[in-house]
Amino acid sequence: METNNTNSFEPKVVAFVCNWCTYAGADLTGTSRIKYATNVKIIRFPCTGRIDFMLLMKAFANGADGIIISGCHPNDCHYTSGNFHARRRWMIFRNLLDFIGVDVNRIVFSWVSAAEGAKWAEVVNESVDQFRQLGPATSYQKLIKNSEFQEVE
Amino acid sequence: MARIGVFICHCGENISATVDCEKVAKVASEFPGVTVSVDYKYMCSDPGQNMVKEAILEHNLTGVVVSACSPRMHEPTFRNACAEAGLNPFLCEMANIREHCSWVHEKSDATTDKAIDIVRTLVEKVKRNEALAPIYVPITKTAVVIGGGVAGIQASLDIADAGHKVVLVEREPSIGGHMSQLSETFPTLDCSQCILTPRMVDVARHPNITLYTYAEIESVDGSIGNFNVKIRLKSKSLDEKLCTGCGACIQKCPVKKIPSEFEQGLGKRTAIYVPFPQAVPNKPVIDRVNCTYYIKGKCKVCEIVCPTKAIRFDQEDSFVEVQAGALLLATGFDVLKTNFFPEYGYGKYEDVIDGLAFERLASASGPTKGEIRRPSDGEIPKKIVFIACAGSRDPAKGIEYCSKICCMYTAKHAMLYKHKVHEGTPYIFYMDIRATGKMYEEFVRRAIEEDEVKYIRGRVSQVYEKNGKLIVRGVDTLLMGQAVEIEADMVVLATAGIASPGSEELAQKLHVSYDKHKFFSEAHPKLKPVETNTAGIYLAGACQSTKDIPETVAAASGAAAKIAGLFSNDLLKRDPLIAVVKKCAPPLYSSCTGCFMCIPVCPYQAIDKEEIKDRSGNIIKTISHINPGLCQGCGTCVAFCKSKSIDILGYNHDQVCAEVEALLNEW
Repeated sequence: METNNTNSFEPKVVAFVCNWCTYAGADLTGTSRIKYATNVKIIRFPCTGRIDFMLLMKAFANGADGIIISGCHPNDCHYTSGNFHARRRWMIFRNLLDFIGVDVNRIVFSWVSAAEGAKWAEVVNESVDQFRQLGPATSYQKLIKNSEFQEVE
Repeated sequence: MARIGVFICHCGENISATVDCEKVAKVASEFPGVTVSVDYKYMCSDPGQNMVKEAILEHNLTGVVVSACSPRMHEPTFRNACAEAGLNPFLCEMANIREHCSWVHEKSDATTDKAIDIVRTLVEKVKRNEALAPIYVPITKTAVVIGGGVAGIQASLDIADAGHKVVLVEREPSIGGHMSQLSETFPTLDCSQCILTPRMVDVARHPNITLYTYAEIESVDGSIGNFNVKIRLKSKSLDEKLCTGCGACIQKCPVKKIPSEFEQGLGKRTAIYVPFPQAVPNKPVIDRVNCTYYIKGKCKVCEIVCPTKAIRFDQEDSFVEVQAGALLLATGFDVLKTNFFPEYGYGKYEDVIDGLAFERLASASGPTKGEIRRPSDGEIPKKIVFIACAGSRDPAKGIEYCSKICCMYTAKHAMLYKHKVHEGTPYIFYMDIRATGKMYEEFVRRAIEEDEVKYIRGRVSQVYEKNGKLIVRGVDTLLMGQAVEIEADMVVLATAGIASPGSEELAQKLHVSYDKHKFFSEAHPKLKPVETNTAGIYLAGACQSTKDIPETVAAASGAAAKIAGLFSNDLLKRDPLIAVVKKCAPPLYSSCTGCFMCIPVCPYQAIDKEEIKDRSGNIIKTISHINPGLCQGCGTCVAFCKSKSIDILGYNHDQVCAEVEALLNEW
């Protein structure tokens, strides 16, 4: 686990959420006026099953310090089974990330339903704290800098 | 070259209180591709929408980003406005800076910066949006109504009267639901069965209604306009076409002491039975759990006495499949058994009953023919204590919500008791009296003032038996918490209303969301009270939350009007945000390699194989093909596709990659 104790550090966090549960849940957080950290920005997907996990790598490559993936609870998927596919993909993908040396704590996988406005705020705040503890994600940038790929460019 | 218009809404002060909207508009005007960027107090108002329309015409915009509330709120509004100005509606996106920004953060630069990031992300997305045409699918003008209580009956009749076909599915042997069990209804005290049973007969007689009783939903496929509903017809052990409903079998059935569900256990029924005399259809079913033939292998008395030879002991469950355009959930409620309140003695003392059982006692068609007699010895009780909120508004032991109907029916019970037993004394222990309907408060006042019902504000701690009396020990909080003890002959618990058993399984079959109490959730608590968040599935009545009869009927008619409205069109317009297999020029035709990983993962069976042939009909390549009528646009196949050959319109690779990049750069 990479550790960095710079307290002033504000992680950049991207949230990939499904339209039906977590996006609506985050809307409910808003209508309930529950406050959370500004670090997180949401990208809407029809379903977590749509999330191609290469997008996660894309986000890290573009400087994300942490990622939240959130969709419907098991059995609540608007499309029946998309969240199960996402979960299964995540189980495999996290092993791969671990293997290649990316800290899997930089990705938070959660379920937030359309009724769980308060939970969304909790997920965001806890994740941001976790990412803040981890410090900036620099391994990808270092890798690019040291690679031959960079020299060619 | 993109020409994007950005429109920042202040939403009164909902956004501008924490986000510097003018700054957002100014920064956004410098984004590459942005032609016009303005802010306005109320973008969704008529002048606001006109600003969007005029900008589209003036600047010949190729895309619009409305930066305001959630797209779940106003996306249709602004897409329509764009369409009116001649811009394809799918070239309009909403940047959610209210629910996801201004309402969840304090006023600060960080909040404004976040709003700017959100706008930039959507600008990058909209640059890559494609003009799309809506998909039209035919609508099957048949509604399946699930549940034959008063809500299902009302909705079925309304839809059928509007000229559409209805299939009404009821789990029990008869329609009627809880309303058919009630004695008299508040606040008018008119007889429940007198107003309901004619409607039940109307359902059975209506040429547009097909009634399946003793039936349950097996599975549901498809989507709005075209559902495929498989219904399990549980075996009634009877050929309904031959049965005339003469009742000879019921008279001769030797098993006569089964507690009747309809009578709440206060009456008895036979193993072959109709639940109540006015049942629709008035034809019996055999309860196989209690029937001697199914237990011991012999008896068959009913078969012998049946004049039309309608009994079928070997009948099995059968299935029917129904094509339907809309589904209506009207599965109603149940009352909570208060076994978890051992201190009230429910289940221990025969004379502690619930409200529904009291309804049967007070009903003219009930086990006592409408006389109030206590279950244990048939005596007329001199004192009855009614305990309101037995389980409701009690997060510690019961449920936290208010069941809503109990205050009124308890007042009614006390009143009915007093009307039938003039010398009797009804007591009601209550927390608050919630009498909020039309003529409800007056009704309660009448109970107190004319019928001298003794209301005691306070909770009951214990009910126990002593010398043949039920001692109700409670507290009167209006007398400074003084202890009260009443020697009652009978105790009636106004138990909480809960979701009907099986609601959760049904919700999962239908992909309808439900709350933590297993009540079905409406799509919007105020503006879409009879819709679920699954298009084409509606709800009515107490399956949503406990409701009284007027509210239930109003909701049922509302849902019926929604369904009739849906059926008033021949074609249904659907958003074209579906998956497509990318194609290209020969000799490749498509990057699809034909691994067909996408086929098993599709939850809608929307993907099949397509053969690409040359002019002489030889197959060059077999690739995936997505049926646009079935695809719902979940995108599971997109993430599975190894060769990136499937894309989903509205959320394609270009768009989401651009969003990720835009969100993170220029932080």
